[in-house]
Amino acid sequence: MQRRAFLKRTGIALGFVAMPGGLLRVVDAHACGEEGDVDLNAWVHVSNSENTITVKCPTAEMGQGLYTAIPLLVAEELDADWRTIRVEQAPSDRVFSNPDDFSVQGVGGSRSTQGYWRIVRLAGAQARAFLIANAAREWKVGVDECTTEPNNVVHAASGRKLSYMEVAKLDDIQLDAPLLTDKDLKPASQWRLLGRDVPRLDVPLKVTGTARYGIDVQIPGMYYASILHPPVATLPHPLYGDGAENGPLKIDSAEAIKIEGVARVVPLPHGVAVVGTDYWATVLGKRALKVEWKQGSLASQYDSEAKKREWAAVALDRTRQGRLFENAGSFDAAFKAAAQTLSADYVTDHGHHACMEPFNATASMMHDDMELWAPTQGQTWAQQACAKVTGLAEDKIRVFTTFLGGGFGAKTEQLANAEAAMLSKIMDKPVKVIWSREDDVKHGAYRPLSAQHLDAAISADGKVTGWSHRVVADSVLARARKPAWDNNPGIDSAVAAGMTQPYGIPNKHHEYVHQPGGVPVGYWNAVGNGFTIFAVESFMDEVAAKLGKDPLQLRIDLLTDARGKAVLELARKMSDWNRPREGRALGVAYNHGGGGRGGGGTGQLAEVVEVSVDRASGVIKVHNVWAVADVGTAIQPRHLRQQLETGIIWGLSAGLRERVTIKAGVVQQSNFDDYHVPRMDEVPNIQIALLQGALEPSSGAGQIAGLPQAPMAPAIANAVFRLTGARLRAMPMLPQQVKQALSQVAITKA
Amino acid sequence: MSQMITLSLTVNGAQRDITAHADTPLLWVLREQLKITGTKYGCGVGQCGACTVHLDGKPVFSCLRAIKDVAGKSVVTIEGLSPTASHPLQKAWIEEQTPQCGYCQSGQIMRAAGLLKDTPKPTRAQIVDYMKTNLCRCGSYNRIIAAIERAAALTKLES
Repeated sequence: MQRRAFLKRTGIALGFVAMPGGLLRVVDAHACGEEGDVDLNAWVHVSNSENTITVKCPTAEMGQGLYTAIPLLVAEELDADWRTIRVEQAPSDRVFSNPDDFSVQGVGGSRSTQGYWRIVRLAGAQARAFLIANAAREWKVGVDECTTEPNNVVHAASGRKLSYMEVAKLDDIQLDAPLLTDKDLKPASQWRLLGRDVPRLDVPLKVTGTARYGIDVQIPGMYYASILHPPVATLPHPLYGDGAENGPLKIDSAEAIKIEGVARVVPLPHGVAVVGTDYWATVLGKRALKVEWKQGSLASQYDSEAKKREWAAVALDRTRQGRLFENAGSFDAAFKAAAQTLSADYVTDHGHHACMEPFNATASMMHDDMELWAPTQGQTWAQQACAKVTGLAEDKIRVFTTFLGGGFGAKTEQLANAEAAMLSKIMDKPVKVIWSREDDVKHGAYRPLSAQHLDAAISADGKVTGWSHRVVADSVLARARKPAWDNNPGIDSAVAAGMTQPYGIPNKHHEYVHQPGGVPVGYWNAVGNGFTIFAVESFMDEVAAKLGKDPLQLRIDLLTDARGKAVLELARKMSDWNRPREGRALGVAYNHGGGGRGGGGTGQLAEVVEVSVDRASGVIKVHNVWAVADVGTAIQPRHLRQQLETGIIWGLSAGLRERVTIKAGVVQQSNFDDYHVPRMDEVPNIQIALLQGALEPSSGAGQIAGLPQAPMAPAIANAVFRLTGARLRAMPMLPQQVKQALSQVAITKA
Repeated sequence: MSQMITLSLTVNGAQRDITAHADTPLLWVLREQLKITGTKYGCGVGQCGACTVHLDGKPVFSCLRAIKDVAGKSVVTIEGLSPTASHPLQKAWIEEQTPQCGYCQSGQIMRAAGLLKDTPKPTRAQIVDYMKTNLCRCGSYNRIIAAIERAAALTKLES
């Protein structure tokens, strides 16, 4: 008791570490509970009684490996014994904000390791400095005389040693933290944990059924809710809309409330909730509802096939001006002076995330505060959304983050969290909201549909002198990050990300023309890169064909970044690029992640695919994929490869099959029988090589799925062109389109 | 009069008494009544396999089995696969570091256990053919295959 009182009096050490964009509190040390159990700072807890060091995972583990990457980063600087490291999910607290870009607690755009990697190493280094300072004081020696070896402070001169757990138990422990900066961090050459594979900490839980996902949350006495959503695709962001434009007009709940286990039918602005004590009873109740819905919203007039035609015309019409960004030189001048020019139009459909775990959330409101258990990519966003719909203050919402059964950008969305919060307030009980698969497919945050027009100018000596790219699409930011959109209307970094390609072309024109569609579009894996890279990398091949150049060599010639050239060179070697294949051909595509803007991930990546085409059916088969990635430092190389495979399979599926079609605002797909997710028999042979071209590891990431996803579709299209002469300019490349393109080639030849 | 029916079944070796609407899928009885949540909901229509359990020793989609049809039967879930979580498949899944988000993996493992019961040494083609009922959105398929091959080898050594 005496010791704790002492700590309370003198021991609260608030250390501030200078970070770009402000000061982030990394230290708030205090003793807690058991003797010798100390929070060294917000991230690190040392337990003498358990002989463990627990590290907080600041945001969601959704398969990207954060549950292991964060403790590894901390342990490296702390000089911890990995065997004593435990991980714990952090509570919602702005101290755990992601320093990269969002400045909120959350993750998106491949920014978890990348965003947190610096601050958590500082937290580890600071915890180590703190342990050294206390051991030195105990021994009455200078701090400079002490070093560490895993989990021990060592005074070499006297041969004395204190374990971290023993230091935590010292009577006169002082918690003044020194201020550390980047120069106090270990150089990469001294790393002993980072870059080496360790077994992931979440894996044992995931083979025994004990990992807890949002949908698994159980609270004694809780209600369940099934929600009938409108026929029209409706996914309002709770901060900026309530979906009432598509909501219920008239509700007949007479049959629903007769069902045993149904407690109440609750109208919501955007739907109707059936709340009950038995989950299946709420499903039966939902089926028994008779609801008349509001008509006439913008979304209800949306037809995806018509939009592709309409927006393709907009893309072609230069009088329809959008916002320009990162332009260089003068495309118009280059175009006028060109010896030859080339243009092409591309269209892409909507895509759906199809996370295996559908949206769900459990909220429990008690008087003036609320607990929310959620599989969310955005802890701060969840607080904001729940505060908005309940009237509570943001800091009264405590978010408990569970494992996520897939995120891919979808779980930055907040509607299910808001639904649970609203219903818990109304019912005055904990409420668990579970979306059906059909809800999830019909009300997703779809990848925007796009139409794109590209032009290239080529000089008399065969140089690419000008490049113009116009993208027409709805905006993700206008719906989901409205303040950012309102602040700079017409610019959507998420949608336009991959347009600003890195090729050394002197005159470049990038233009985004926003067309509101009303149906929800959101942060689908790699967001804009998923369709802009399809156009950029397909068109680069069209340019190569026009010039009569090898498409892989042309990319190497045009790139200015040595790392980009290196990934392409290695991909050429691995795939044996110049060897002809009987009945098959290779195609290549490159991605630099749109420079890290808008969720595409950062790094350098080249993909080569080997395809064949069944001319009778129009079905494309991808046999082999060779991918070379340079994402700087790989925290866990084996897991990075796994992430790259994930992206490759996503990209393959997005390129060939996945699409959401919408008629009169109604999504035409409803489940895995009509929204195609790849199965085991569709996976090609995949070979991956990693390069680390960046000396500065800070440009690297521990995980990445957006980067390899986007180039798959253009690599496939380019391979089909080399095999058949048919150019595919619509994604996904459905068999019907392939057959049509093949027959056009036949007509041209005849 | 209650709209629900009462019945019993065996879950992971223990007899459990259930009161539920007759057409409640076994999946939801396991998850929300018995709080055995390792078995996952993915689609509700037998398209994804996340809900795979063993019913009288055979892998089935628990989302498609109405509770009224499983009275008196024996159900084994991922929690009951091995009392010490040391089934060769679980060991192999850890060795291969197979799961990513992990949500589908209970179903994958239960499906694979069904495969190895019938075909202790499956070829790669047999694995793919049998396992293609189960979706993994993270695309961990190559590591699932590797883990099944490893488990098959482990089983051989142990027997």
